[in-house]
Amino acid sequence: MLRFIVRRLLQAVLALFILSVLLFAWLRSLPGGPVAALLGERGTPESAAALRAQLGLDQPLPVQYFRFVERAVQGDFGISNGVFRGQPAMEVFLQRLPATIELSVVAMVIALSLAIPLGYIAARRRGGPLDTGSVVFSLIGVAVPVFFLAYVLKYVFAVQLGWLPPSGRQTVGIGATHITNFYVLDGIITREWDAAWDAFRHLILPALALSSIPFAVVFRITRAAVIDVMDEDYVRTARAKGLTAGTIRGRHVMRNALIPVITIIGLQIGALLAGAVLTEKVFAFQGIGQALAIGFELRDYPVLQVLIMMAALIYIVVNLLVDIAYAVIDPRVRTK
Amino acid sequence: MINRKVAAVAGTAALALALTSCAESERDDGDAGGGDAGSATDDGGSTGEDAGSSDAQFVFGAAGAPTTFDPFYASDGETFRVTRQIFQNLIGIEEGGTEGVPELATSWEGSEDGLTWTFELQEGVTFHDGTEFNAEAVCANFERWADQNEVGQSQAVAYYYGNDFGFGDDSLYESCEATDDLTAEVTVTRVTGKFPMVLSQSSYAMQSPTAMEEYNANDVQAEGEAFVYPEYAQEHPTGTGPFVFEAYDNAGGTVSLTRNDDFWGEPAGVQDLIFSIIPDENARRQELEAGTIQGYDLPNPVDWQSLEDNGNQVLIRDPFNILYLALNPVADPQLEDPLIRRALYHAINRETLVQNQLPDGATVATQFFPDTVSGYNTDIQPYAYDPEEAEALLAEAGAEDLEIDLWYPTEVTRPYMPDPQRIYDAVRADWEAIGVTINPVSRPWAGGYIDGTQSSQSPAFFLGWTGDLNSADNFLCAFFCGDDNQFGTSAYDWHGELQDALREADGEPDEAAREEMYRELNENIMSEEWLPGLPISHSPPAIVVAENVQGLTPSPLTAEDFSTITLSE
Repeated sequence: MLRFIVRRLLQAVLALFILSVLLFAWLRSLPGGPVAALLGERGTPESAAALRAQLGLDQPLPVQYFRFVERAVQGDFGISNGVFRGQPAMEVFLQRLPATIELSVVAMVIALSLAIPLGYIAARRRGGPLDTGSVVFSLIGVAVPVFFLAYVLKYVFAVQLGWLPPSGRQTVGIGATHITNFYVLDGIITREWDAAWDAFRHLILPALALSSIPFAVVFRITRAAVIDVMDEDYVRTARAKGLTAGTIRGRHVMRNALIPVITIIGLQIGALLAGAVLTEKVFAFQGIGQALAIGFELRDYPVLQVLIMMAALIYIVVNLLVDIAYAVIDPRVRTK
Repeated sequence: MINRKVAAVAGTAALALALTSCAESERDDGDAGGGDAGSATDDGGSTGEDAGSSDAQFVFGAAGAPTTFDPFYASDGETFRVTRQIFQNLIGIEEGGTEGVPELATSWEGSEDGLTWTFELQEGVTFHDGTEFNAEAVCANFERWADQNEVGQSQAVAYYYGNDFGFGDDSLYESCEATDDLTAEVTVTRVTGKFPMVLSQSSYAMQSPTAMEEYNANDVQAEGEAFVYPEYAQEHPTGTGPFVFEAYDNAGGTVSLTRNDDFWGEPAGVQDLIFSIIPDENARRQELEAGTIQGYDLPNPVDWQSLEDNGNQVLIRDPFNILYLALNPVADPQLEDPLIRRALYHAINRETLVQNQLPDGATVATQFFPDTVSGYNTDIQPYAYDPEEAEALLAEAGAEDLEIDLWYPTEVTRPYMPDPQRIYDAVRADWEAIGVTINPVSRPWAGGYIDGTQSSQSPAFFLGWTGDLNSADNFLCAFFCGDDNQFGTSAYDWHGELQDALREADGEPDEAAREEMYRELNENIMSEEWLPGLPISHSPPAIVVAENVQGLTPSPLTAEDFSTITLSE
């Protein structure tokens, strides 16, 4: 088991290393760069060359890369030159991460609390109008791009109806105390209830839009799994034994049907992060997705490197944990 | 089973209790007054908006975060919009205009040789930290500007000082002497038309010598691929202005200022001034409609009408900018031929372009700066739209099959160019009509466009400029100074003459003579032999505020003073 974990950890390190090389080279192969972003239309060829030299951007790429690695292994990922000039890139990431986690968690909660019951009901009433309706609904969820859904939700509920705020994480000037940067949690633990409610209202529309991605997948997996499990002998036996419908549903059907659902939730984290980039842009939500968008516009290499590497790290760690969990459950995986 | 559930509930309750007991609300209940300069908390601002009284809060939607709070190290509009409310200069800018007016200096006078300038200062002014504003403080600022480390001298850090004064032996700055408490004498090394009006620019704000020393204001460093600004620039900007810096909440994207109750002039009309950073223009418009912000800058001209229909006020500034088409013979040698350049200019229907693609109030430009700048030549006629003449010129040049790369930027809106794609489309159509083949080249603003235009890779491109102050040199030198300027004028035989004329005009101490020299220079630039580019238009950029906002005067220099704002019911 230990050997398995060590092997997977080494593979993860190798994957991150390869990603860092590709990312470093790719960012620098894009047209433009931080010098153009810093100088704007006021720059001259001389000032651009001087600045390139000052920032070490005139050095060969391998030299720049090794300098980057040398600092990165000491936890220094450089200083932002665009998203917030002068702030360490890692700090930009850490400050914005809670926003994206808050958004992703609420999106996941919405998705699960709708998809699992709906999936179960659809399976129980297979072929019925509710089943057909839910399947079509989930197909739309898969097919409609998240940013389009975000625009539609925003236009209808924020702009036209005015029920919910159109953008941001909290009403400006509400004077909320921020401790963890999870705004809803901050409002609760400081007992600033209005601030917590306000932050929650700001979360609803972006989270709804973002939830469309896991909703569709989880719904379809749940439905398929419940159909499979319902046909199992042990369910028939339980029914024959005269167990109540609630016990059969809770103990026998859902418990078994949820195993593949839990697996898929882990895999959805990557999709959620990608969706968050688009959703945060539409709702001007100050998370890592928005920082990524601004970072690209201003060619903020340090911030882009941190954000992309950290997103990859999160994805790799989650998948590593899933793999380890499999290995614990199924010894065959370890020997493969 | 029940026991497990009870334990879970009890555990959750205990955790919640533990969390709430260790977290304290930092809300400032009731006390909305004052503000301690230099004391930054993570979050700030009083709650709620109290329209109709001086305790009101004004929230402005900003397109980007300030790069620093020390205006000396800044060159961008988002930073200056904030610092202008905190700081003041020796010379201010007239309300709604471009002329210099007394601010912290009540008057100034130059010596006969134009090298020594005496500033009489406003009495009874203190910085936000209580430091007295006097001649010593003025000289401390001049000395601080000149005394920059290597990084501070970079163009990306102290852009304006590097350009206007320069560092080291060639610097324009010679010395500053406090001859008495309220008189400062500044000596410069050479005569230039810019001085002393240049001091009206935001970068030359007067900052508290005490705070600058305490928080190492000059300690800017290059680290990795970026600059690290000192504590002063990030958390303790200390000026004499109507608002005091309170906090920058980076995670929440807000900058909070509060009224300076000890301000020497008219106190600000609102208690709290908050800049909410909303990068997306659509989001800014929607926030305004939702009432969560009360204004934002540069609304897209296509939205002006609908914004007004919804009760907002679109305040239009007088145009103080220029949009031009540049042709660079270094990037494409065939453009060295004046016949080809003239043909390309004659083919552009600027009248229609300005009417259809630019906001109301935009005008066709006849030269490279607007008519409010001294040195403007009223005798220059607009370059005529004449496609037949254009074709004839191409034939004469033997360039009937002319093919040219035309560059335009994407992902950007500038005050002089609200929609670059539409301007490109208009020019492309005009050029194709005379048989020119266009190779379109689109690049993101910071993703290759600026790089390309500055390094003479772009044969034909659109760019512009918003003036910093009422000075011909501020426009013309930005375009044409130097051997590798963006117009590639070094390829022309008149390049030396152009450089001499620019230098001589700027160095002329007599105002009337200087004005005449710029008039003549404009005429030469627009003559058929020179014509390095075609000035297209001057566009009026707008700023929009909600219906209940009063007292904001739009500034052609986009240098609005928010202290005059009041909010009505």
